[in-house]
Amino acid sequence: MAQQTDIKYLTPIAVDIRKKKYCRFKKSGIKYIDYKDGEFLKRFVNEQGRILPRRLTGTSLKYQKKVAQAVKRARHLALLPFVTDNLKSNN
Amino acid sequence: MLNHYETVFIMTPVLSEEQMKETVKKFENVLLDKGAEIVHQENWGLRKLEYPIAKKTSGFYHLFEFVAEGSVVKELELQYRRDEKVMRYLTVSMDKHAIAYAEKRRNLRKERAAVAETEAAPVAEQPAENTNNE
Repeated sequence: MAQQTDIKYLTPIAVDIRKKKYCRFKKSGIKYIDYKDGEFLKRFVNEQGRILPRRLTGTSLKYQKKVAQAVKRARHLALLPFVTDNLKSNN
Repeated sequence: MLNHYETVFIMTPVLSEEQMKETVKKFENVLLDKGAEIVHQENWGLRKLEYPIAKKTSGFYHLFEFVAEGSVVKELELQYRRDEKVMRYLTVSMDKHAIAYAEKRRNLRKERAAVAETEAAPVAEQPAENTNNE
């Protein structure tokens, strides 16, 4: 019984047409992602400080790798937290 | 082979302003002694850390951008590890995009500093003049 309701819940409800995702780095011609700019990198992590997947941000693979690299460097220098709660609400 | 490197390190907040400058000077000398050419340096001052390191919640950040042989990095990092005033360090080699970005960032900061100075000057004329003369 419970399973049935679960499945019902998971089935996609009518989805309206979404805007096409794009890679912001490709679009605006950014070649280098700076690990020193913590505020900028906060756009690519969720509230707990985890790196957002490409499927959510739309970043291309080439730049997703660079984002990940930059976030990890920033974490090492304590410019970004490894884990927190409410990262976004603090700012 | 000469490479472009960028290094950031964090010093403990227990230091006084002067001790901090001394430490920076020390590492500057380490670089210069090894024949590195310092392209740029920045002091970010006392900054809050996003998470505590060695039970400290803030630290002095300093950045060096330099051109040197790879062996210099090894020596520099050895000195970092030996110095207990340094809590954290990171050295990265820069590719051409990074170098271009660093240059842009430098100019932007310079412009901003210049703007801030011209704006601040008429407001607090006398103290600004004093600091400039000294």
